[in-house]
Amino acid sequence: MERPAGVAPPWEYASAPESTDVVRLEDRYGLFIGGEFVEPKSGRWFPTISPSTEETLAEVAEADPADVARAADAARDALPGWRGLAPAERAKYVFRIARQLQDRAREFAVLETMNGGKPIKESRDVDIPLAAAHFFYYAGWADKLEYAFPGRGAPRAVGVAGQIIPWNFPLLMAAWKLAPALAAGNTAVLKPAETTPLTALFLAQVTQEAELPPGVVNIVTGAGETGAALVDADVDKIAFTGSTEVGKIIRRSTAGTGKRLTLELGGKAANIVFEDAPLDQAVEGVVNGIFFNQGHVCCAGSRLLVQEPVFDALLGKLKDRLQTLRVGDPLDKNTDVGAINSRAQLDKIAELVESGVEEGAEIYQPECVLPERGFWFRPTLFTGVSQSHRIAREEIFGPVLSILTFRTVDEAIEKANNTPYGLSAGVWTEKGSRILHMAQRLRAGVVWANTFNRFDPTSPFGGFKESGFGREGGLHGLEPYLAFDGGGDGGDR
Amino acid sequence: MSTDRVEVRRTAKLYIGGAFPRSESGRSYEVTAHDGKPLAQVSQASRKDLREAVVAARGAFPVWSGATAYLRGQILYRVAEMMEGRRAQFETELADAGAADPARGVSASIDRWVWYAGWADKLAQVVGATNPVAGPYFNFTLPEPTGVVGIVAPGDQALLGLVSRVAPAIVSGNTAVVIASERSPLPAVSLAEVLATSDVPGGVVNILTGRTAELVPWLASHMDVNALDVTGVPAELLADTERAAADNVKRVHRASDTDPFDDAAQSPYEITAFTEMKTVWHPMGA
Repeated sequence: MERPAGVAPPWEYASAPESTDVVRLEDRYGLFIGGEFVEPKSGRWFPTISPSTEETLAEVAEADPADVARAADAARDALPGWRGLAPAERAKYVFRIARQLQDRAREFAVLETMNGGKPIKESRDVDIPLAAAHFFYYAGWADKLEYAFPGRGAPRAVGVAGQIIPWNFPLLMAAWKLAPALAAGNTAVLKPAETTPLTALFLAQVTQEAELPPGVVNIVTGAGETGAALVDADVDKIAFTGSTEVGKIIRRSTAGTGKRLTLELGGKAANIVFEDAPLDQAVEGVVNGIFFNQGHVCCAGSRLLVQEPVFDALLGKLKDRLQTLRVGDPLDKNTDVGAINSRAQLDKIAELVESGVEEGAEIYQPECVLPERGFWFRPTLFTGVSQSHRIAREEIFGPVLSILTFRTVDEAIEKANNTPYGLSAGVWTEKGSRILHMAQRLRAGVVWANTFNRFDPTSPFGGFKESGFGREGGLHGLEPYLAFDGGGDGGDR
Repeated sequence: MSTDRVEVRRTAKLYIGGAFPRSESGRSYEVTAHDGKPLAQVSQASRKDLREAVVAARGAFPVWSGATAYLRGQILYRVAEMMEGRRAQFETELADAGAADPARGVSASIDRWVWYAGWADKLAQVVGATNPVAGPYFNFTLPEPTGVVGIVAPGDQALLGLVSRVAPAIVSGNTAVVIASERSPLPAVSLAEVLATSDVPGGVVNILTGRTAELVPWLASHMDVNALDVTGVPAELLADTERAAADNVKRVHRASDTDPFDDAAQSPYEITAFTEMKTVWHPMGA
């Protein structure tokens, strides 16, 4: 393997694979409706695979509109009982789910990595603990709802929530959706992504173990058509996390129905490094910002804006750092960058990267050996990127960083905000007054100063502009699941 | 030689960017009182007028959203002061519009400005948060204005309905493009004249008179409008309006059916309908 002059070779790591024995998979998983796994009326099943080996892990049911209607009916039937339960008792069920997830953390982490391709160290240290933390946090709200929105009248559950989640954080997104919904007294029909349904189905088992009343949580598996059926089903609210394109389709189809809607959509976050930034920390933040979860992150720091005086220094450090990223078997505890989630996603990434080369940007990829099977993409940097390049405008959802430069604070703000998206942004500088100035002017729902990609159940997360509306996390994440008897009901947003 | 004085009549114009142009289309429509008495020819805004209004609102956004909350509160209160001085004019217009109790309508409208003025520097304290995250970070959440808000004012309650939609939208720092009540636009025209003399920067509120059904689709599909208040959108146009709003993921809000005179019709959550919550993280360490 060739390395640039002056760069020390990385440590050689012995392989440290995580055992998969802890996960016991069935051959087939039905739909989870009314508290039990049932055969799909559609009669259709599809395989779900490991993107790092391309092996089939199990078959899952494909829900058609009749199946989705059955799930929505089960949720509707369960609603009076769940909503009517004493809030403190409702809380205990949600606490139980949190505890079950903590108890089965290792099993869930391994399964998440097998089904999604993300490094085990991320599913182990981020996805599963945060998912449990969300259930724990929202459980505590169940019997305190009247404190959350002062002066707004008595809060009550909205009703049946239809929830559609993406493949990048399968269990964590299920937790983001279900925890506040359940705590507020709603029942739910959840549709996980077609490529990553397994941890959601294991979560269904957890709800059984927690003796959650049947029908409070229902899980239907399938692809876009199943999601569309859920949007059209007899539900009171739709919560969607996914692409801006699909979010707009959902907005159009709920128009005029009075269904409440929250959308967590795409992003093209600017990560802005000023000349006085602590460069080594900034490099780590930039790497974490774009290569965390292979860049399959809606708030990924995919546009790096570097102040000109430190451009060369930062780029050198960044290239060195990329040489040390370990790409490969996501079940290896040393792996930094795992498998791309699906072949379709790999093709999309490749197509956008090709456009970057064709439009004249300069590409850099470290030398590294990729496994022969599975879906892989090298960590990639582009320099010489201009604002009009597709790689600077479109969400790539892969390990691809576009680097631009700026001279002044105003130019940084202008460039950072020059996108239809507004989900997140990063700022790296030692100057406190500048951090606050930037934090105020960046049109984004989350601003990370001298850090990036941090999440916490107590912290609202969500976008400005075309990154969607509504917030998840914190008490602001409760609001979309509540209606109010007094004035000022948020209506249909 | 007669000594009878001839009345100087008012020309009702649009309000865009702090100026009072006629519609560029040269169109107007006749407005009559509830009893059929002709009142005025009112400018009938065109699509180009609407676009100009959005440009003005966008231009005013950095100034208005960048103003301190204290200043915005003062300016909203100033609007109330200026309205108080023009009570007679508003009362006449509400009477023409068929209001049962014009004086009450004007009083409630003035009081609504005062109520929302007071929220300017309190909203962040009530709906913001510092979040106790599990880790060494300082992390807080604050409301910020969404941007340019398109407001379709209710067709009835031509003054109170209008004020009840505009005040909560702009108090957080949003700027607005407002479509006035089609049937009773004159209170909106008068409100524009109040706003122009109330220290509200030009472009913060832009008021268009004209045909609601004609203007709403252009407002709903405009790519530089960030949010819509559809309270005054006729039921038959609502689904199309929401569909058009999808093009750039506009926030869509409709006030509840609460009686506008009721205290429940004013709420800080009418303000947060058009704010975005921004969460800022910073590491802590010695």
